[in-house]
Amino acid sequence: MSDGCQLSLLDCEDELLTIAGEVEIAHFLEASSMVVKGTYDLSLVEGSITTPRDIERIQQIRRASKRLVTIGACATAGGIQALRNFQDIDEYLSIVYATPHYISTLSTSTPIAQHVPVDFELQGCPINKQQLLEVIHAFLHQRKPDIPAYSVCVECKLRGTVCVMVAHGTPCLGPITHAGCGAICPAYRRGCYGCFGPQETPNMVSLSKHLSQLGVSQSGRRRVLQTFNAYAKPFRQESMSYENENNQD
Amino acid sequence: MKTRTIKTKALARVEGEGKMYLKISGATVRDVKLKIIEPPRFFEALLRGRAMSEAPDITARICGICPIAYQMSAVHAIEDACGVTVDGQLRVLRRLLYCGEWIESHALHVYLLHAPDFLGYQSAWQMAQVYPDIVQRGLRIKKAGNAIISFLGGRAIHPINIRIGGFYTVPAPEAFDELVEQLIAGREAARETAHWAASLPIPDYEQEYEFVALSHPDEYPMNEGRLISNKGLNIPVQEYDTYFAEEQVAYSNALHSIIKGRGAYLTGPLARYNLNFQQLSPLAQETAHAVGLGNSCNNPFKSIIIRSIEILYAFDEALRLIGNYTKPETAALSLHPRAATGYACTEAPRGTLYHRYTLNNDGIIQDAKIVPPTSQNQKAIEQDLRSYVPQLLNMSDEELTVRCEQAIRNYDPCISCATHFLKIEIESE
Repeated sequence: MSDGCQLSLLDCEDELLTIAGEVEIAHFLEASSMVVKGTYDLSLVEGSITTPRDIERIQQIRRASKRLVTIGACATAGGIQALRNFQDIDEYLSIVYATPHYISTLSTSTPIAQHVPVDFELQGCPINKQQLLEVIHAFLHQRKPDIPAYSVCVECKLRGTVCVMVAHGTPCLGPITHAGCGAICPAYRRGCYGCFGPQETPNMVSLSKHLSQLGVSQSGRRRVLQTFNAYAKPFRQESMSYENENNQD
Repeated sequence: MKTRTIKTKALARVEGEGKMYLKISGATVRDVKLKIIEPPRFFEALLRGRAMSEAPDITARICGICPIAYQMSAVHAIEDACGVTVDGQLRVLRRLLYCGEWIESHALHVYLLHAPDFLGYQSAWQMAQVYPDIVQRGLRIKKAGNAIISFLGGRAIHPINIRIGGFYTVPAPEAFDELVEQLIAGREAARETAHWAASLPIPDYEQEYEFVALSHPDEYPMNEGRLISNKGLNIPVQEYDTYFAEEQVAYSNALHSIIKGRGAYLTGPLARYNLNFQQLSPLAQETAHAVGLGNSCNNPFKSIIIRSIEILYAFDEALRLIGNYTKPETAALSLHPRAATGYACTEAPRGTLYHRYTLNNDGIIQDAKIVPPTSQNQKAIEQDLRSYVPQLLNMSDEELTVRCEQAIRNYDPCISCATHFLKIEIESE
């Protein structure tokens, strides 16, 4: 949606011209007016499905692509605009637009994989550009991308960062969050806020209990889960379970 | 009478999805529409009910090219609501971050998005086959800008170290040593860029604009100042809503901004330059004159040169800021929320970015308003096309489309920002 994730490719300052030399970039409107008609060996798709036109377009892309990889939290989890999935879309429209009926939009923002088969999902808001290079490299050489599905905690250990939750009592989503950023936040003495979405096997209940013990209110826990990966299943289920408890704090 | 309609399917080399529609009757441009088809994103709606501390991280996601601008307008507006001013070395670090963003965003636009228009290429990599050294220089500049953001912000896109009141962690002065070398080299590359940009074939076209930008007594504007124009506007940012309005048009998902009672205006590098030339560093001023710019400029195609001057200034300013830097005692001031409304404008690479937040006593956002620069420039872009196209009527539709896209890119439009905010259609009868 925001062109942040395709921008990651333009942010590969050292590699960009090499990539452009080795593969034919067929459709990258943010950077090139030239459009080559498919079939494509590899399509990288960012953004979520939020309009009727998006659904048609992603089906066309799937048909024209041998491999389809979704990149970024919008494409893999619906993005922050998936917060509408928990709300009344008409209310959202009327807050932003004086004449809501001019606007064509779906009431939900959903991940690509909910609409077409996807060969690989690269998580992150934003994605990590080194991981993007790894995914491109792997698919071009027909091997599995080396993208670890463990948690941010592992990256903190690898980096030698002292645990901010244990040492400083700073609330942190590291234990439930997918690795890939390099555990930046704890290295800056900040708790992880989950922008890479859920790791492979997150223990949501256990972390929720820890956050609660550190004084994070239920509405605070709900907010932090309902952010950039709000609609990713483990985050969604946990945050919805708070609402079901019906004891607002 | 012969009528032509020119429509672009999807505008390339802009951020986000848009279209252009032109209807030409004989020698008259009947209709110009910049259609923003990027789906609506509802940031203002989804900010309601969020904690004020979340605003910088959430609004950063509006744009991957200028997340710092969003984070800065957000923190300043919320600090305004809480009645706190962040000053001293924390302010220095914020300005330094902004220098990084101007550098990376302007370098991206000058080299990768706009220069191919002037030289007749469809992309920077196509251009790189003929001008490899030039494109490499652009990428080096961009990398240096991103290096500032990654160093201070933790990462280049959606940095994590910015918070209300300051930062999570602040660096020691000696930590800048490695960066300084890169910035000195960048400054020289930026000077070369200004000379190179001025040597590009620039269309001969001038227009009367109302330029709007921040202005500050001591510095070229980034984080704060009064909002001024060349037609007499001079207001504190808190009065933004009194003087500016947003209108919804049926053909676009982006709201159009106007100055009440006057209409279109222009924000961004051209406006900043015209209103604040005297605040540029001596090196930036000298270079501007050396490449043939005056103290003012009304040719929007020269914005590519002015962006280069702003890149040069940003390197110069970053080095000055680092040279005077001492580590602040605290990384962030503590803020106590109160029920109030706060306002801020900061100068994003593309122009003035307005944020307004109303908080309750617990610091929960009750209402948010965000006006990105591209919304503000939409009307000026349409007006430019209206007056520029009549000069081009002997061209083929294809050529005309290319020239119109180039004119739109003068504004470096960021469509994702403006859908809260291009493709070209030209119709001739």
